[in-house]
Amino acid sequence: MRIILHIWRQRSAGEKGRMVRYEVPNVSEHMSFLEMLDVLNEDLTMRGEEPVAFDHDCREGICGMCGAMVNGIAHGPLPGTTLCQLHMRHFKDGDELYLEPWRARAFPVVKDLVVDRSAFDRIIAAGGFIAVATGSAPDGNAIPVPKDDAEKSMDAAACIGCGACVAMCPNASASLFMGAKMAHLGLLPQGQPERERRAVAMVAQANRELFGSCTNIGECEAVCPKDIKLEVIARMNRDFLRAKWAGEEGVAGD
Amino acid sequence: MELDSKSPDGPIETRWERQRFNLKLVNPANKRKYTIIVVGTGLAGGSAAASLGELGYNVSCFCFQDSPRRAHSIAAQGGINAAKNYHNDGDSVYRLFYDTVKGGDFRARESNVYRLAEISLNIIDQCVAQGVPFAREYSGYLDNRSFGGAQVSRTFYARGQTGQQLLLGAYQALERQIGAGQVAMHPRTEMLDLIVVDGRARGIVTRHLLTGAIESHIADAVVLATGGYANVYYLSTNAQGCNATAIWRAHKRGALFANPCFTQIHPTCIPVSGEYQSKLTLMSESLRNDGRVWVPLKKGDKRLAAQIPENERDYFLERKYPSFGNLVPRDVASRNAKQVCDEGRGVGESGLAVYLDFRDPIQRLGKSVIKERYGNLFDMYERITGEDPYQMPMRIFPASHYTMGGLWVDYNLMSTIPGMYVVGEANFSDHGANRLGASALMQGLGDGYFVLPNTIGDYLASTKFEKVDTSHAAVRDAESQVAAITARLLGAKGTRSVDACYRELGKVMWEYCGMARNAAGLKQALVKIPELRERYWHDVKVLGSGEELNQALERAGRVADFFELAELICLDALNRNESCGGHFREEYQTPEGEAARDDEHYSYAAAWEFRGAGNAPVLHKEPLTFEYVHPSQRSYK
Repeated sequence: MRIILHIWRQRSAGEKGRMVRYEVPNVSEHMSFLEMLDVLNEDLTMRGEEPVAFDHDCREGICGMCGAMVNGIAHGPLPGTTLCQLHMRHFKDGDELYLEPWRARAFPVVKDLVVDRSAFDRIIAAGGFIAVATGSAPDGNAIPVPKDDAEKSMDAAACIGCGACVAMCPNASASLFMGAKMAHLGLLPQGQPERERRAVAMVAQANRELFGSCTNIGECEAVCPKDIKLEVIARMNRDFLRAKWAGEEGVAGD
Repeated sequence: MELDSKSPDGPIETRWERQRFNLKLVNPANKRKYTIIVVGTGLAGGSAAASLGELGYNVSCFCFQDSPRRAHSIAAQGGINAAKNYHNDGDSVYRLFYDTVKGGDFRARESNVYRLAEISLNIIDQCVAQGVPFAREYSGYLDNRSFGGAQVSRTFYARGQTGQQLLLGAYQALERQIGAGQVAMHPRTEMLDLIVVDGRARGIVTRHLLTGAIESHIADAVVLATGGYANVYYLSTNAQGCNATAIWRAHKRGALFANPCFTQIHPTCIPVSGEYQSKLTLMSESLRNDGRVWVPLKKGDKRLAAQIPENERDYFLERKYPSFGNLVPRDVASRNAKQVCDEGRGVGESGLAVYLDFRDPIQRLGKSVIKERYGNLFDMYERITGEDPYQMPMRIFPASHYTMGGLWVDYNLMSTIPGMYVVGEANFSDHGANRLGASALMQGLGDGYFVLPNTIGDYLASTKFEKVDTSHAAVRDAESQVAAITARLLGAKGTRSVDACYRELGKVMWEYCGMARNAAGLKQALVKIPELRERYWHDVKVLGSGEELNQALERAGRVADFFELAELICLDALNRNESCGGHFREEYQTPEGEAARDDEHYSYAAAWEFRGAGNAPVLHKEPLTFEYVHPSQRSYK
């Protein structure tokens, strides 16, 4: 089939970008979306035009490196799917697709479809961990975890940090990302001692990174490739409020 | 060159303990005076950087991805082994040691393997404490499953995302150290050369992938945790970015490369669908716990699976290996799949696939049980192929997956270049000629959390470091070599894309040095590879400049190194006139078609020394002795 692409081309953060139209004439239905971009890039290279820059790595939906807006939807139209796992059989001959990078103030564009998501790392560095130094752990079975809690924790821990939630949110909020980490750790007994401190530190960092606030719109949940649920945001809010009542300090701008 | 493994002798149960006691320590107050570079942030590199930071060393950590959380360890699905014996089913440290030595077809160092089995216990404890959401029983205690050829339940798992969860644990520990200022993180930065001053590793040269800046970083020790080289086959289950550049360029600076021909082909991957294919997706081998592998009895049977009656199906693994059945180790399962496809009994359009069928377990256990066990894998299969594995059998085929070979290291994980350590898949140390399922995660974390932090201090404490800065001649030399490679790639201005050339290399490697090898084929490959490499350097077309984000340029440099490494792999495969583990030489098989080892002549690790471009590499042998697990013919019948 033939696919028409309109792709955001921008040489660098400082330069102006624009949409450029391309045609990919022989797309197989078995191709992944990124393989279609590979074919386009190979073709561009042969014609002497610079290939489209896009981030990707594992191509099996787990590393969280790939992602773009496809016709205004983060990771494209198929629910619960990263861009690399989206296959062309979900499109039809002659489809026109508009590809844009994640748009958020905290994720500046680097080049074409590549953005800088290092703000996510800084949020984790601020408090998204359990502070246990190597070697100081008790036997694994010394800490029983109720199966249901472990399952819910795993549901939240499935987050791949791709940033689709931020890209899709009209407020560019990182709440689903943060809520997922707080739920992952906060549902486990190991995560209790730092639970309040974690909530406050992560939220403070998100504010510094200029992510927006959550207004319960739910676009993040709708595009999350790992089906992280909105309830993790409610949990985050509870943790945060409890922390404030308990007197945790340090949130910028609250 | 004499290869000293520095492996302690005496009773194997106390070797690691005695070694730790004998190694020198760095005074806690002095640790911050030492700088250690860690390249790579997967399970080995992430855990090493975090642990070294916790100890108080000054750590600089590098990865080519945009975040340390993306390293390809994240894609490991099945699980991690630990000899906890929580199931009271006869497991022990000794049994895990025994299984790993035997599974590796007696080509690993006993001391290393024993240590790995020992620290497997600490790894699980550490990960639980970090909040890794391992699967639990209703009692709240840790669940286990049996995995990939093991007869005990020792595999801990977090759904089908064990690698992801373990990596996030290490990543979070690393981020904590970054936040605390102990680790300086350099994402989107690729190591392109090793700086060696007076015979010691003293730093690395990197390219910043966004600006193209070539920079040198000086340190007292360098740790490579840059993963394996399965992408030398072009198509593999590895991520697109996985590459051998760091270890290859360190090899060219003097680190010996051991057992490069020991590559692992994973039996359960989704088959190739077309020329545009960029990677192969692994389906966890836990699927073989319930799924049954078969092909039609008749050649060229094009009927749909459901139309083939029971008596016209050949469940070839169950037939040939009645005691292990579908759970035979990876090398055995892969080879047998190739064999039935070579006989013309493969399925699917290409004929290069076998069925992995869940019809019987679904009938026996119900769809809901199968869904609970493998739901995410079934979803993934359907997403990629458009076929529903609850209705029709999966089609699978082996794919390049893991490399047991790597840079040679001693018991302390130091390479032949003093001050350069190699951890995780990048080294050759623990898996011999074949890695068992769920052991890669164990080794990566074992090296990073528990071995390296204990051994690296000995080198630092016993070495006097001359001051080196970036104006040193060795630094300048390394930088100019890096710049020359970039200039040459950009200057070739040929007619073919990087991938067009790379695909050809992959095809040669898969055909002549894949699941089965023979001397004639390897000799052909050794003629073809240099030709392709020559053509690559003249005919590759890389657009853009070196001073910006240029993904084609990044890839071109990595592919250039694969072209060189490929030749060494074939040379090693040709040298090893025996079959063992993942290295199957067709000339050397038992009358039943199983791998025939030659312990008399090949019970050694083959460590190759680079002697300059155009010169033949020199082989050094580290003899392997087996005091505990006596070499025997592996039998899974």
